[in-house]
Amino acid sequence: MKVEDVICPFCGCLCDDLVVEVEGERVIGVENGCTLAQEKFMGDHRLGHPIRRTGKEWTPVSYDEAIETAARVLLEADRPLLYGWSGTQGEAQSVGVHLAELLGAVIDNTSTVCHGPSIMAIQEVGHPGCTLGQVKNRADLLIYWGCNPIDAHPRHMSRYTTYADGFFLKDAFRDRKVIVVDIRETESSNIADEFIRIDPGGDYEVLSALRAIVRGKGALVPASVSGVSREQLFRVADLCKAARFGAIFFGLGLTMSPGKQKNIRNAIELTEELNRHTKFTISPMRGHWNVYGSNEVFTWISGYPYAVDFARGIAFYNPGETTAVDILKRGECDACLVVASDPGAHFPRDCCAHLASIPTIQIDPHVNATTHLSHLQIPVAVTGIDAEGTAYRMDGVPIRTRSLFPSRYPTDTEILERIYAIVAREKGP
Amino acid sequence: MTELLIRNAYVIDPINDIRGEIMDIPIREGKIVEEVSDRAPVIDAEGYLTLPGGIDSHSHVCGTKVNFGRYMSPEDMRAGRTARKGRMHVTSGYSVPTTFGNSYRYSAMGYTMVLEGAMAPLEARHTHEEFTATPHQDMMANTLFDGNWSIMEAVLDKDVKRAAAVVAWILNAVKGFAIKLTNPGGTEAWGWGEDLAGIHDEVPHFGVTPAEIIGTMIRANELLHLPHSVHLHCNNLGVPGNHRTTLETIALAPDLNPKRQSLYLTHVQFHSYGGTTWRDIDSRSEEVTKAVNAKPQVVMDMGQIMFGRTTTMTADGPMEFKLYMLHHNKWSNHDVELETGSGIIPVYYTRKSLVNCIMWAIGLELALLTKNPWQCILATDNPNGAPFVKYPEIIALLMSKKFREQEGALLDPRTEHHVPLFAIDRELDWYEIAVMTRAAQAKALGIQDLGRGHLAPGALADVAIYPMKTDQLDPATQFQQVIAGFARTRYTIKRGRVVARDGEVVVDGANSTIWVRPKVPPEYDLSRDPEFVKKFEQYYTVRMRNYPVQDTYLPRGICIETEADL
Repeated sequence: MKVEDVICPFCGCLCDDLVVEVEGERVIGVENGCTLAQEKFMGDHRLGHPIRRTGKEWTPVSYDEAIETAARVLLEADRPLLYGWSGTQGEAQSVGVHLAELLGAVIDNTSTVCHGPSIMAIQEVGHPGCTLGQVKNRADLLIYWGCNPIDAHPRHMSRYTTYADGFFLKDAFRDRKVIVVDIRETESSNIADEFIRIDPGGDYEVLSALRAIVRGKGALVPASVSGVSREQLFRVADLCKAARFGAIFFGLGLTMSPGKQKNIRNAIELTEELNRHTKFTISPMRGHWNVYGSNEVFTWISGYPYAVDFARGIAFYNPGETTAVDILKRGECDACLVVASDPGAHFPRDCCAHLASIPTIQIDPHVNATTHLSHLQIPVAVTGIDAEGTAYRMDGVPIRTRSLFPSRYPTDTEILERIYAIVAREKGP
Repeated sequence: MTELLIRNAYVIDPINDIRGEIMDIPIREGKIVEEVSDRAPVIDAEGYLTLPGGIDSHSHVCGTKVNFGRYMSPEDMRAGRTARKGRMHVTSGYSVPTTFGNSYRYSAMGYTMVLEGAMAPLEARHTHEEFTATPHQDMMANTLFDGNWSIMEAVLDKDVKRAAAVVAWILNAVKGFAIKLTNPGGTEAWGWGEDLAGIHDEVPHFGVTPAEIIGTMIRANELLHLPHSVHLHCNNLGVPGNHRTTLETIALAPDLNPKRQSLYLTHVQFHSYGGTTWRDIDSRSEEVTKAVNAKPQVVMDMGQIMFGRTTTMTADGPMEFKLYMLHHNKWSNHDVELETGSGIIPVYYTRKSLVNCIMWAIGLELALLTKNPWQCILATDNPNGAPFVKYPEIIALLMSKKFREQEGALLDPRTEHHVPLFAIDRELDWYEIAVMTRAAQAKALGIQDLGRGHLAPGALADVAIYPMKTDQLDPATQFQQVIAGFARTRYTIKRGRVVARDGEVVVDGANSTIWVRPKVPPEYDLSRDPEFVKKFEQYYTVRMRNYPVQDTYLPRGICIETEADL
């Protein structure tokens, strides 16, 4: 059976035009998807049932037992941390925030280690953005800064930007200019009209120089700024001002390099400056397919997009203090629930060591690096493959992902609701 | 069978022409009935002022830009936080509270229904998700059509029926309630960083004018028999001299519906400015209200501003950029493909600013100079003019000249030369306040036949009992008691159940979302129109099949079906 208009739950592009061939409880073919999508749909490494670690052994346990254990661990902890959330549906994220509130826990999502600095910058200066269709239909200038969409968001350029014909650009590939800014050549920089190669750590300076030129203070700019020539900076500033609609996309090359949120702040302020001349927008290239959804859900329930600490009874937010890495590094939390993410593969060594030393429970369909740090893993259905649920695209457009076949697994939401019910029974309103 | 009897209520119910009577209100299964059994639990209202539940007909509480207002403002979140207590979740935020924060604060003030003022169709799912987390009010969503390409193409072709068909398809797809036009045409121009300066300017590339869009949409609205009229945020918001645009727009309103207005103008305070720059701006409330008084086909809401901090958020993207250029604080913008735009900036309205003082006065003047209270609704365009928690203070200002003078003394002394406010003696009475806070909303939204906004048998049992005895309280002098009384009900009853008592929410809620499905003949069903489908697939970034909001997002949806005249 072929299912059309399937939404891909891999990256923040949330491409919704896939054609997926299903046979029973198995995907046997994917059309329109990128190689990452192929692997996501066709990959078959799912954990069959909940497992618990006893000494060095893993033993299978029932869902009832696993859920009861998870609830007990969270109830007995003084400072539980609920981390992850970006690879699951909005409905589960919502239960997660309510669970954290009930427990007086800290809840954080993966944006803490990707676009957390972008959020901090937005909280300082705002965010002139738009939906991806605005870029597709209007943009005659694209800037990819500190990101490599051809490898990380393989269909970004063909669906939304460089190669996507739009209402006002009938021959997009010819009518659009593409600028790539990075510290090294990439697949993406190879197709750019203009490649700005900057010295590592030089983003802030280059952004400042461009702002100065756009502001009319170009005389201040020296012959070379972080490896970029004055001539190229002026050429690029002119390109930006001459564009009818410019769109900047930025990735972790900007958020996680020296300067962090200050880089993003500078990029946003450059965008604001350019709006005095023409139309310009800026957008983060979000990684996980629903990381933006976790920011949205956290925000409407708690007021903050990530790193929310309910220990004081109210929602408290202070990135650097209430963020997962900081809490783990300080050895502060005494239990951790990891949902739909893999901190074991991405967090600093000290943090992983602490995760291994406390009762860590993972809700995830697959065995991954975090499994090896965990005491209990509860496998679930994969949203977008055998469970449906809400996801937010990188530009904030919410989409309902599909379920392609009936699942033999419960969803994240079902597991979390059952844990919540046990906790609520003990803690009560 | 759940029953409840409210005894000894001092009732004002304008829709049923009850102007203050001691009455009992029997309630069964969430509705008001003729009588209940002896076993019904009794609430003694002690002669307190009892009104139908409050209805906010223009507020921004849910959806993409509201949530972005929270996202970008941790300082605002810190300002209003409350701890978990009983049935009440943690809340954060002052001007853009969390969904539960909004819901609890509205409940404390006796509000039982809220209309979200602007929903971008493409992002409607988000608004509905937040509605389900706003438990104690029934919700509705105005749906944005201001920069809709299919609408503008129909307008260019002078094809009202096609415009109606587009509205029908989109309202049905996104589970929207009414047509919202925000700076019509201007939001599309903002796609290129531009704006329109008047209602006869042409939208770039589309060859139509705001006046044509407004005129076509008013007629399309009536062809579809939508409960509400077109809900319009006029062009040129916040621009000195914009009263001319507003007057031109009022003149466009035809007389098409005997039951309600043909055009609802929102936050008119922001559209009643004279002068040519911020230096010579003055109040033109007299001219605007004169036009409204002469045109019963128009209803407006005030858009009152109140001094202090708030967050402005609107689909009017170009206006927010202009405001950012004035304030230089922070600015967010979010244009939505093929449909609309939006912007958000924080502001601080201060008595030190002559412009802000003039704005404050204009809102009050609009309410005091409109002869018929059914034509001027009390609202702040929450949170744009002020957070809705300021409503009790606005009520007190309208009921007391003394309070206005007391506040006036704190303003920039030049204010009185620019506004007529201090020459107005009118003090609104309890009945007029009841009209302006619930009855007029129900009538203007066209939901009184759904049993909303009144207390006759058969109506939904949404009731607000305020701890005020009107015969023992002189609002002209005791305005502080009026503020306190309207800020916190003794009881707020939603669908026959006490949801808030003395300002505290006491139960988990489960709201309904009211939406409209206009039924059109098959030849006007755009899902079968090859041209519409082709354009959709070419220019949107989501597939047509993934666009409509699924029923699962409206667990308690109430659908109003209409038969279109197409």
